[in-house]
Amino acid sequence: MKFTFSWLREHLETDAPLEAIADRLSMIGLEVDAVDDPAAALAEFVVGDVVEAGPHPNADRLRLCTVDVGGGERFEVVCGAPNARAGMKGVFARAGCVIPGTGTKLKKSKIRGVESSGMLCSERELGLSDEHEGIIDLDGDFAAGTPAAEALGIGDPLVEIGLTPNRSDCAGVRGIARDLAAAGMGRLKPLDTAAVEGGFDSPLSWRRDFAPGDGDACPFVVGRTFRNVRNGPSPRWLQDRLTAIGLRPISALVDITNYVTFDLARPLHVFDADKVTGDPTMRLAKEGESVAALDGRTYALDPSMTVIADDTGVLAIGGVMGGEATGCGDDTTSVFLEVALFDPVRTATTGRRLGIVSDARYRFERGVDPTSALWGAEVAAKLILDICGGEASALTMAGTMPDRRRTVALRRSRIASLGGVEVESDAAHRILGDLGFEIEDVGEALTATVPPWRPDIEGEADLVEEVLRINGFEAIPAVPLRAATAVPGAAWSQAQTRRGRVRRALAARGLTEAVTFSFMSGEKAEAFGAAPSLRLANPISVDLVQMRPSILPNLMDAAARNAARGIVDIALFEIGPQYTDGKNVQSQAACGLRVGGTAPRHWAGTRADVDVYHAKADALAALEAAGVPAHNLRIGGDVPGWCHPGRAASLMLGPKPLARFGEVHPAMLERFDLRGPASAFEVMLDDVPARKASKGSSRPMLHLAALQPVERDFAFVVDEATPATALTTAARGADKTLIADVALFDVYRGPELGADRKSVALCVTLQPRDATLTDAEIEAVGERIVAAVSKATGAVLRG
Amino acid sequence: MDDLEQLRSDLLTRIGSADLDALEGLRVETLGRRGRVTALMKELGTLPPEDRRAAGQALNALKTVVTEAIDARRAALEAGTLDARLAEEAIDVSLPPRPEPEGRIHPISQAIEEIVAIFCQMGFTVAEGPDIEDDFHNFTALNIPPEHPARQDHDTFYFEEGEDGERLLLRTHTSPVQIRTMLVQEPPIRIVVPGRTYRADHDATHSPMFHQVEGLVIDEETHMGHLKGCLIEFCRAFFGVDDLPVRFRPSFFPFTEPSAEVDIGCSRSAGGLTIGAGDDWLEILGSGMVHPKVLENCNIDPARYQGFAFGMGVERVAMLKYGIPDLRTFFDSDLRWLRHYGFSALDMPNVASGIAQ
Repeated sequence: MKFTFSWLREHLETDAPLEAIADRLSMIGLEVDAVDDPAAALAEFVVGDVVEAGPHPNADRLRLCTVDVGGGERFEVVCGAPNARAGMKGVFARAGCVIPGTGTKLKKSKIRGVESSGMLCSERELGLSDEHEGIIDLDGDFAAGTPAAEALGIGDPLVEIGLTPNRSDCAGVRGIARDLAAAGMGRLKPLDTAAVEGGFDSPLSWRRDFAPGDGDACPFVVGRTFRNVRNGPSPRWLQDRLTAIGLRPISALVDITNYVTFDLARPLHVFDADKVTGDPTMRLAKEGESVAALDGRTYALDPSMTVIADDTGVLAIGGVMGGEATGCGDDTTSVFLEVALFDPVRTATTGRRLGIVSDARYRFERGVDPTSALWGAEVAAKLILDICGGEASALTMAGTMPDRRRTVALRRSRIASLGGVEVESDAAHRILGDLGFEIEDVGEALTATVPPWRPDIEGEADLVEEVLRINGFEAIPAVPLRAATAVPGAAWSQAQTRRGRVRRALAARGLTEAVTFSFMSGEKAEAFGAAPSLRLANPISVDLVQMRPSILPNLMDAAARNAARGIVDIALFEIGPQYTDGKNVQSQAACGLRVGGTAPRHWAGTRADVDVYHAKADALAALEAAGVPAHNLRIGGDVPGWCHPGRAASLMLGPKPLARFGEVHPAMLERFDLRGPASAFEVMLDDVPARKASKGSSRPMLHLAALQPVERDFAFVVDEATPATALTTAARGADKTLIADVALFDVYRGPELGADRKSVALCVTLQPRDATLTDAEIEAVGERIVAAVSKATGAVLRG
Repeated sequence: MDDLEQLRSDLLTRIGSADLDALEGLRVETLGRRGRVTALMKELGTLPPEDRRAAGQALNALKTVVTEAIDARRAALEAGTLDARLAEEAIDVSLPPRPEPEGRIHPISQAIEEIVAIFCQMGFTVAEGPDIEDDFHNFTALNIPPEHPARQDHDTFYFEEGEDGERLLLRTHTSPVQIRTMLVQEPPIRIVVPGRTYRADHDATHSPMFHQVEGLVIDEETHMGHLKGCLIEFCRAFFGVDDLPVRFRPSFFPFTEPSAEVDIGCSRSAGGLTIGAGDDWLEILGSGMVHPKVLENCNIDPARYQGFAFGMGVERVAMLKYGIPDLRTFFDSDLRWLRHYGFSALDMPNVASGIAQ
């Protein structure tokens, strides 16, 4: 909502400067988005009377002018303008003024030997136009010393407020003035809504034609006819106001409707009465009807939309836009005025369906004052008669004005108990009274009759807000919000804490956290099992259409972007939601991707190409951080399609895969324009079992063995296909009391082992409990280990 | 005795120039079982008893001197050898150590953890809810009826209508979690809700996905003064400015009444923005007293219970606090950006060491 300062002062009697008004507006809930004050640059320029204009003693073309600037001050000015003459009024700049057109500071100077202590300015010098033929010759009776901006008619500051959708009343300048007056920034001037006597009966009469139940579409409409009007350009003041707020002046009749819309939040429409055939009728559109609207476009209508129609068909879209055929032009002499009430919801829906954003729709969909149907017809009539002449008919109306009068009770104690501030009863009364509420005092409570322009006021809390905002939120004392106990409990749940630990564990391992969109390209998502039901119906881009079934494709895209920037080694992870069809649509996952090498190239040769084991280590670290001990996990074969089928696995806890890891399938790399090597993992955080609540912080008792452990190495030769875990598991099972650890420390392949055979070396740690082991005992355990491993895997001890 | 003096002088001279091998030879030759000094000791018995004592003393002195000289010479030689070895082992320590790449935490995660750490002090716990929501939780229950103009402001992403005729959407704010919490939990309630939110808008200052932190307090006496106290303390703790001016402006949200927007003080100069007392304001929060209709929609008696709610954009406060100039860069995953604006895994926000580090 935009308005100018002078426009505001049409309704508000105030001495307050613009800055104070703007500050106050923001603090009463009418947030000022912008203040544009074109007069600021002209603040020091005033109207000067040229009382004398004599010849310059040393120059023929220069004149010596005496300028009176009011307050008894006179200046001698040397002036070269051909139009300088005694008796004229010009714009005077004294020494020290910055000239907007040139950006220079004016100094006293001697011109051809005569001191000049100021300047009479041209339009170009003021930055108003390119006119520099002569100095400004003001037209009008301005006293010397009047601010130049005022005399030039340009000095009106523009204010723009971001109107919240509840304040339909402030979609008119008067509503804003009322709030300011309540807030102590001046006095609201009375509005002249006196009835305009009709000289004749309107030849066109309003009709309403609604099926039962649809009448709310337009419950009430008022109108009147004007004849013998002269349309044409509207007067300068009206054009200036509309232009200032960004509206294009069209003709007096149209400008008047726009003016009342912005002045009083009362949208109007004018028809050229000679182009209306039969009585204008409010009704719903019929299937197949359309209308050519004032914006030059034709709109197909449907039966949910309110229209104004005559015998020939639809003339206008109710509350949204008028029609081209019956619009007023310069040749219009007979006018029919529409002052209607339209249903907010229907108006909003119609506007949205047709894609029309109009000043009328903006107001109707927020709700207009129902009583304005009557007073609007008077205000508009007065303006039309003043500006366009002619004569007005009596009113014609149809329907009944909805009675939305209601009272809301406000307990005196409620301002403090909800608002946290004591407001004197008198002050609360005055505030509500200034805002237009009629107050009745009923002991502990007061009853407020809501003014018809405030559809937003429904309950006690609304009245508390009205009092609080006008009284000032700054008056509410801040009270600390104390926790119930001085040491509050944990804020994060266990699952949330787990996510945080995984995040920091992965970052500590060298992966960098990314946050990517929850939606992605449908095409790329397909390979990851995208759910068709999770496609957006109104995406803003084809790349952001499908809820991601996995985080990995987004990380692959991110890696490709980084690679394109010349980054060679990439390690990214993200913890966030992924989405699938089914019961748990959204689940939390941790996903990581490594591309290239583990580290930069280094003189000690520590760089390695990333492979499946890096992904496995990341996945295990993530699970450990989430509270799953690695030794509880076993390797499973269930791997997703993005993996290299021979270099991937899942990590299972019981029957459930908690994580998947592997090298990225070459076809997938190609699809994402990514150069490998690359490996990735996904951890399904929601599947990680919760830690038992009964488990306290206490650790099990530590039993430190008194005796030294003994280590024995074994090298087994097995088939290539035998997984290493088969050997370690068998070895560990050979003696559960004595064997404390089995570590795999070497895998060797060589021609002497035979084709498809490998040697796997294990280091077994034996922990004696009660007595040092004898050689014979160690020997016996060794034999059991060899037997167990051979039995389980067919391995033979390497010779 | 002159012989002994001569011997002593000879031995010391030879010890002084011996290397380690020669030194051992000398030791054997002198003090070994068949060494010269040993031999002389053995000869003591042949001396007359009256001379024996003096000769014994002299010989013992010689033995001590020689032994000490050998030990000293050996220690010196060994030290020299070690020094030589160490000198030989010297390498270029200016070479870079083995790299251990460090990862970073995204500023959004960091900001959320900081925000939660502060509200934890005021007794809040963290609640979460789904990104894919229904109309009831995202709008209707929050007092935004279907044709309310506020709904149009939200630029909602919708899914296609399901078989049941219900059209799901991506939540436009974290406020549905207020509803979900109130529907299952009796007051008193104190929650903060961090999460992803979505609006169909993409330009320099809007991202189709962004993050919010929502807050909700419901009990029997919390009023607007508590709202102010809570949010002023939050702003000052989060930005680490003890005297940060915090301003509350009346505003409108369908789900709160009264409603307030919250500004913090700042100053702008050519160099950028400084948070703190200054000549300008920055809007960072929306807030208000929970609308009685919202309480009713959640089966909470508005005659008995009341409280406040607030919401803030995580990216916005992160941009202000960490000096990040552009919203769009948050979701770019540009490693250069993440390394610059990201945080170490060790930067765990906690109030004991201060939130604003």
